[in-house]
Amino acid sequence: MAVSSLTGIDESTLVAQARENDPRAFSELVRRYEAKIFRLAQHITQNREDAEDVLQETFFKAYEHLDQFQGNSKFYTWIVRIAVNQALMKLRRRKTDRSVSLDDTIDTGEDTVTREIAAWDEDPEQRFSREELGGILDSAIQSLAPPYRSVFVLRDIDELSTEEAAEALGLSVPAVKSRLLRARLQLREKLTRSFKRKGDDAFAYM
Amino acid sequence: MLTCRDFLKELSDYLDESSDRKLRADLEQHITQCPNCWVIADTTRKTIRIYKGMDPYPIPADVEERLMRALEKKIAAKAH
Repeated sequence: MAVSSLTGIDESTLVAQARENDPRAFSELVRRYEAKIFRLAQHITQNREDAEDVLQETFFKAYEHLDQFQGNSKFYTWIVRIAVNQALMKLRRRKTDRSVSLDDTIDTGEDTVTREIAAWDEDPEQRFSREELGGILDSAIQSLAPPYRSVFVLRDIDELSTEEAAEALGLSVPAVKSRLLRARLQLREKLTRSFKRKGDDAFAYM
Repeated sequence: MLTCRDFLKELSDYLDESSDRKLRADLEQHITQCPNCWVIADTTRKTIRIYKGMDPYPIPADVEERLMRALEKKIAAKAH
């Protein structure tokens, strides 16, 4: 499916064309979002094989139900919602002994931990190569509990609004906000270990 | 007077610039007087900046190929 001629076309046109049964338009939509959906699916399922299933099921469902897409939300928000549901179903099937949802109560014992209090350089990421930086950022995200992770990925990496993330994840706005805060603080804590200014320690500001 | 706990609770909205004006002024006053909260706010802001817009890894070629093949089948089946 060569679709390079469609790369510059805006999303609503592509959706309209896909609804008119233009398979090339739908393939272009898939191409635009497949990597993000795959990343999100991996974050939720924590398993590459499951994530691949979720990826396929998400675009199958999107294709089947394209006529139900209202167009008052972004296409990406709509498919994220499908992907989240598919990923949760996977988790449920894997852990048949208990139900799973992104609403699961989280151990909040360390929710606003701020043990590492040390200043960073202005651009601490400059100290690392691209690969090293990627590794540091990835492993910090992996260390978050899955409900925090999906909120953080949607809000701060994919740059969805709080309302869009709430809609996509089927959570309330306050739930998205409190998870985002905890995710940000936990990541800050982890990254401080790599990014703190040389020579500073935790008590430099006490 | 805001406590550090109050400040942390409001930190996300403060960094997203979505707190109301009065609260924002109180939060700003707090960090001028509290070096720890200043550091936390500054390093959290940098955390958000570093992650923002981070591209996903390209999807592995074999995964994409299987996806596209499965979709082609699906689309062909619908057409009949």
